[in-house]
Order: sequence, then C-alpha cells, then structure tokens
Amino acid sequence: MMRPKQAVVAWLLAGSVLLSVCAAWAAEPSAPAAKPSGAPIKVGHLASLTGSEANFGQSCDRGVQIAAEERNAAGGVLGRPVEISVVDDQSKNQEVNNCMMKLIQQDQVVAVVGEIASSNTMAAIPTAQKYKVPLVTPGSTNPEVTKRGDYVFRICYTDEYQGRVIARFAYKRLGTKNAAVITDQASAYSINLSKIFTDEFTKLGGKVAVEVAYKKTDSEYNAQVNQALQAKPDLLVLTGYYTNVGNIVQTARKAGFEGPCVGGDGWDADTLYQIGGKALDNTYFTNHYTPDDPNPKVQAFIAKYKSRHGAVPDAMAILGYDAAMVVFDAIQRAGATEGPKIRDALAATKDFVGLSGTITIDAERNAKKNIVVVGIKDAKQYLKEAWKDE
Amino acid sequence: MDWFISQTISGLTLGGVYALIALGYSLVYGVLKLINFAHGDVYMVGAIAAFGTACAFGWGQTADEYVRSGVMLAMLAVAVVSCLGLGYVIERFAYRPLRRAPRLNSLITAIGVSFLLESIFQLPGVFGASPRGFPQCELPLGPIRLAGATVRLEQLLILGGTLFFLLVCRYIILHTRTGLGIRATSFHHDYARLMGVNVDRITSLTFLLGSGLAAVAGVFVGLYQHQVDPLMGVNAGLKAFTAAVVGGIGNLAGAVLGGILMGLSETYIAGSAFSAFRDAFAFALLILILLVRPGGLLGSVAPEKV
Repeated sequence: MMRPKQAVVAWLLAGSVLLSVCAAWAAEPSAPAAKPSGAPIKVGHLASLTGSEANFGQSCDRGVQIAAEERNAAGGVLGRPVEISVVDDQSKNQEVNNCMMKLIQQDQVVAVVGEIASSNTMAAIPTAQKYKVPLVTPGSTNPEVTKRGDYVFRICYTDEYQGRVIARFAYKRLGTKNAAVITDQASAYSINLSKIFTDEFTKLGGKVAVEVAYKKTDSEYNAQVNQALQAKPDLLVLTGYYTNVGNIVQTARKAGFEGPCVGGDGWDADTLYQIGGKALDNTYFTNHYTPDDPNPKVQAFIAKYKSRHGAVPDAMAILGYDAAMVVFDAIQRAGATEGPKIRDALAATKDFVGLSGTITIDAERNAKKNIVVVGIKDAKQYLKEAWKDE
Repeated sequence: MDWFISQTISGLTLGGVYALIALGYSLVYGVLKLINFAHGDVYMVGAIAAFGTACAFGWGQTADEYVRSGVMLAMLAVAVVSCLGLGYVIERFAYRPLRRAPRLNSLITAIGVSFLLESIFQLPGVFGASPRGFPQCELPLGPIRLAGATVRLEQLLILGGTLFFLLVCRYIILHTRTGLGIRATSFHHDYARLMGVNVDRITSLTFLLGSGLAAVAGVFVGLYQHQVDPLMGVNAGLKAFTAAVVGGIGNLAGAVLGGILMGLSETYIAGSAFSAFRDAFAFALLILILLVRPGGLLGSVAPEKV
C-alpha cells in the first residue's frame, strides 16, 4: 500500500512523463527541420525523357524530383541538400554509356537512379561497376539486371514473379487455355517475360499455340496479328511496352479478336489508353501499385502529383520516388558519399516504407514486392485483384 | 490460303505506302542527284498534320457519313498543304543555296534537316516525344471475309487511294508541261536550261510533288496504324529509300515496284514463324537484288562520265 504523498508524487511523475511524450510527439511534425547547407550531394537520374519510352522517363523523373524536394524540406542528406542531375538517353541503348559518363565525370554524382527499360539499365552497368557508383533501378524487372554487378540494386519485383502471376491469372481467373504470345524482340524485358509466361502457362496445363515477334520500331502489326489469330487463340499475351501494345490490341480487335489480352508493367502509361481507347476493354496487366491504394502516404503523393502535372501518377512515378528515397536513406546511413560505402548501406536496406510497399534488399540486391492485377474498361484502369500467392 | 490472302492484302497496303514515299526519293534524286534524307520526316509531318486536323474536327466522335467524309478530305487537304509548304521551304533554304557546292554538302544538310524536324516535333509544346493515338473511327463495315481471310475496309480504301495518287503522279510526269520539265531536268540541267526550262522552278515543283505524295502516305498511315509519333519517319523513310534503290533510283515505276516488293516481303516474313527476321530478311533481299542487278530492278547503270 502506497502512502498518499508518495502516490501524488508518482502520479505527478507519470503525468509529466506522459505530457512530455505528448509534447514531443506533437512537436515532431511541426518542428522546422534544420535547413540543409553546404555543397549539394548530387544523385544522377538516367532516364528516357524522349524517344519511344519517353512516358516512363518523364513520369519517373517527376517522382524523383518530388522525392528530392521532400527530402530537402526535411533537412536534406547528411545536413547537405540533395540535387538531381538528370540525363536523357533518348530511349536508346547506345546513348546510355555517354549519359553515364556525363553523370559520373562531369556532374560527379554519388549514385544513379535508373533506368526503367531493362535493356538500358543493363547497358549502364559496366560503367557503374567500373567507377563504383551504385545504380538503383526503379523499374527494370528483368532478373538478369541485378546479376550483372554488385553495384546494381532493384526496388521493384522481378519478371520471374510477374510472369508467373500473369500466367496464373490468365489460366485460373480468365480460364484461358490457348495463348498467342507476342514479343518485342528488341527488348530484353519482353523476351524474358514471354519466356517465363510460356513456362508457367504450360506447366499449369495451358498451351502456347503460337509465338510471334515484332520490333518496337515497327509501326504496323497486321502481319503479326494475322499470324497470331491464325492459331485461333483465346488469349493474347503482349509482353512489350505501352508504345506498341495499344496499337497491337487495336489491330487485333479490328481483325475480329474479342478475347482477353494480358501483359506486364510495361503497359502502364497514359499513352496506352489514349492509343488503345475502347479496344482495351477486357485487357489486364500486372503492376506495382494502383491509384486505388488507400494508404494515406500514397494518396498524399497522388494529390501532390496531380496538382502539379494534372494527371494521376503511373507506377513509374511511384517507383522513381521510392528509388530516390531509398538512395537518400542509404547515403544518410552510410554517413559518407563514397561509392563503396553507399553500396554497403543500400545492401543493408531493411523494411524501408515506400509508396509501392515495404522494401528490403535481399542478398541478390532485389526487393520482394507485392503485385496488383489491373483491368481496363472504357480506357480507364481499375483494380482487378491484389495478388496473393496461392 | 486465307493466310496468304490476308497477308497479301496487308503487304500490298504497306507496300503502297512505301511506294508513295519512295516516289519522293526517286523524283528528287532524278533532278538533283540528291538523297533527300529529310523526306521521311516530311511524311511524319503529313501524318501529324492529319492527326491535328482529325482532333480539331472531332473525327471519331461523329457517326454522320457526310461529316466523316468531309473531315477525311480536310485531313488530306491540310496534310498536303502543310507538306507542300514544308517541301518548298526545305528546298529553298536548305538545298538551293548549296546547288553549286559538292554533292556531299547537300547530303549532310539533308541529314541535318531531318534531325531538325524530328527534334522540333519532339518538343513538348509542338507535339511531344511520346506517340499519340490517332482518333479512331468505326467504319461502316467490320472485318470483311474474303475466301476465309479477314480483310479490313481501311486496307481496301488505302489501296484504292494509293493507286489513285500514283496515277495522278504518273499523269503529271508524263502528260503535263511540268512533267516534261522534270524529265528534261533529270536528263541534264544545262541542256534543259538551253531548252528554256526554268530549272530552279522545276526543282521546287519536284520537291512539292514528292512532299505531297509523302503527305498522302502520312494520312493513310495515321488512319491505318492508329498512332503517330515524331520518329515515325525514320524507319518508314529508310524502308522507302531502300524500295527506291531496289526499284532503281530515279526510275518512278521502279520506286513503286520496289515499294510493293518491300511491303510484301516484309509482311510475309513478319506473318510467318520467322517474324523476328522481318527487317533482316527485307534488307537481305535488297542486297541480293543489288548484287544481281546493281542498278536496281528497273534502273540502268550508266557509266559515270569523267
């Protein structure tokens, strides 16, 4: 039994502790962060700002810029402001090396965010390895990418996972059994995704009736579509990018194909809906995020992005934001700006809460992430299914 | 059999478009001995002009047949007029000042003009870097069944349109005074001048004719391929140029033949199990033809006079 006096003291103590906790909690968000000072820390962004995948590069860059802004408003990195140097590789493989050299030698960046297209990321790896500059890809899903060097990291899921989900979705949910696979033969991403899909779909008991190839510079797909429809498929699998997918679906619909079409995250860009229009009804693709995500952080980002760019961000904007934030976080934890130290900090990234999910970098320098299946109706996307492994 | 019919119609449609563009290369080569590398981009401008017109008039939102036909004609008219203007400007300011300079200089200028046009149209304020969908219009008939094969009405329309414009071009070259001037100029500049031909004027007109045909090709392609982008002229231009060479550069019937051949071979390959070899095969065919007939199918090799 406590004496009254002691009890009062104890209550007072408890109360004051509680109060101070409350005060600290209340003060934290509003306390002005120390303004970053000193020479900026430069982070490169290698992006396709023009050319065939311009949508990817531009969206991603908007995400990266918002990330840098928010980080600077919150005190920067190591007390210094961060600055993004963006270079445009024009969606061309052969430009990537020049761009990387410019970032590393002229702009002296400490790490690089980029690219989206797997072929372009792979082209950047030799330079990143040579100069020991960490390369964090926001959206390259080809599994090969992170195997090419220990300075390469990925914050999105891989095609091994994505391809399996597309196959399972098509087989189990859509009930399709006879697929025609149409591949962009100039894209490492597309070739690999087609292969993974084919393996999984066949394993499940489906049949790939015909495989057809095109190149992203082709502008006309009648020949390939005729060839694919010859096999009377009940499903078209389009593993390429939005640039061509809308056009191919249009061509297929005009040739009389009414069944479903499926594809991967390469579909996700406003341009797809603009080109494909009504023809895209009954098509589905796997993606990294959906604008329907109730997470308040995601909704806040969407609102900010919308007010600035007048459009709902696509997955590449979200991934660009996350990739940049992961890099800033790693530099902060490394406490230094040397490549090898940032690399080690990136490799140790654990439970980083991003917009596209929680990011933990594994031993293969990949992140295990969630996948959503998006459906299209009236040229608008909707959440078809948040995929759960079964 | 049905595979063959569908692919042949697709190939002919594509080949017709190549032929329209290839004529421009051959015409200009005839009078100037210049490969006008900016020609593919003139075609791109034609397609984008048609795209702008289609959007402005709300093509694809109306079901009225008369309005649709009207918009279609307006698209053709706007595309042709803008390309005529562009063709004239390119010739007047990029090539004419170099008429007396070594031929290599004009070639480099042509490449420069090509990059200039591509870069201008990639600016966000002009058109932007990413492709845009051509407004779609439901044609009255769906896919047409022909001996088991599927043929689209657009394909037949484009084939007919191509044929019409090829005949117009043929008429201009063979039966008008301008055509006579073009033929004289491509024979020899100085002799033509001695005969009272205004070579500068004829050269301008040749550019106009070529650009007009490219504009028509641009409109057809916009309708047919569902999308336009500022780099669409690069590949099409290259293929059409190849077609002109296969047919015998400077020879107009050859350009048409080369275009059709290119379109057909590409489509047959792309529509077979070897679809990955689409371009490789088309260009292998080019090498083969040129090995056997160095002057092209209908061209002749005149020994260069020194």
